Amino acid sequence: MDQRVSEQATQNHTSVERTSDRELVITRTFDAPVSLVFEAWTRPELFMKWWAPRSMGVPLRACDMDVRKGGKYRLEFGQDEANTFAFFGRYLEVLPNARLVWTNDEDETGGAVTTVTFEDRDGKTLLIFHDLYPTKEALDEAIAGMPDIMPEQFTQLDQLLASLGRG
Amino acid sequence: MVQYSNTRLDASFAALSDPTRRGVLEQLGRGNASITELAEKFRMTLTGMKKHVGVLEKAGLVATEKVGRVRTCKLGQHGLADEATWIDLQRRIWDERFDQLDEVIGELKLKEPHNGSES
Repeated sequence: MDQRVSEQATQNHTSVERTSDRELVITRTFDAPVSLVFEAWTRPELFMKWWAPRSMGVPLRACDMDVRKGGKYRLEFGQDEANTFAFFGRYLEVLPNARLVWTNDEDETGGAVTTVTFEDRDGKTLLIFHDLYPTKEALDEAIAGMPDIMPEQFTQLDQLLASLGRG
Repeated sequence: MVQYSNTRLDASFAALSDPTRRGVLEQLGRGNASITELAEKFRMTLTGMKKHVGVLEKAGLVATEKVGRVRTCKLGQHGLADEATWIDLQRRIWDERFDQLDEVIGELKLKEPHNGSES
């Protein structure tokens, strides 16, 4: 799989693919050494700068990361304190400059396990973001579930829509 | 194909930008309903509800069928549940996210001169 993925990611192009019933894989190459890319994924003050797509207009208000095996993370999105929603889980594996594995526990019905790998490609970094859902149904639900999405997340969609509409 | 998919995605988002329309989708998720029933439920004029249903129908989120004098609404088959559309949305989100990550990494590069390449 790596071979195919790396070919797709050669030109700083974001590839998004459902690679199996239970898996979603996103790849991208970054023009920087692995250590820098890894830093941007593991230092909260840096992570906060990029994780929330700006066009959504819903910033990350808080970001706590205890980046070590068993450590917890919590991301809180929202415009103000009254309107926030959180994503949280814990790290299953932390291999500096190589690999991060975390759970997504906000989904009560069984969230995906996320694995992010950082691979050196001649001084550049091939990043592979891999979501493994517990069942085919869980991923199908994530795809089909948009009408059931939380009201707060609709706000986010609204914002995204507004910006997409302008384009 | 991609073009088509993007247009439909935009239409879906536009349809979802209104709280009443989201309510209508939730309602139809529980069972089919006529325009009259929806109008009553959402305390709205028939004309107003027709407009909302029209937007949802255009986006493929709702399908309607007229039987006699009653127009029944149900969830459309090509709602956001469509996998290609969902993947497309993911790509938009990750594209922007990663562009922002590029900026952050660029700043780091300036701040922390690295000792040569790792290769």
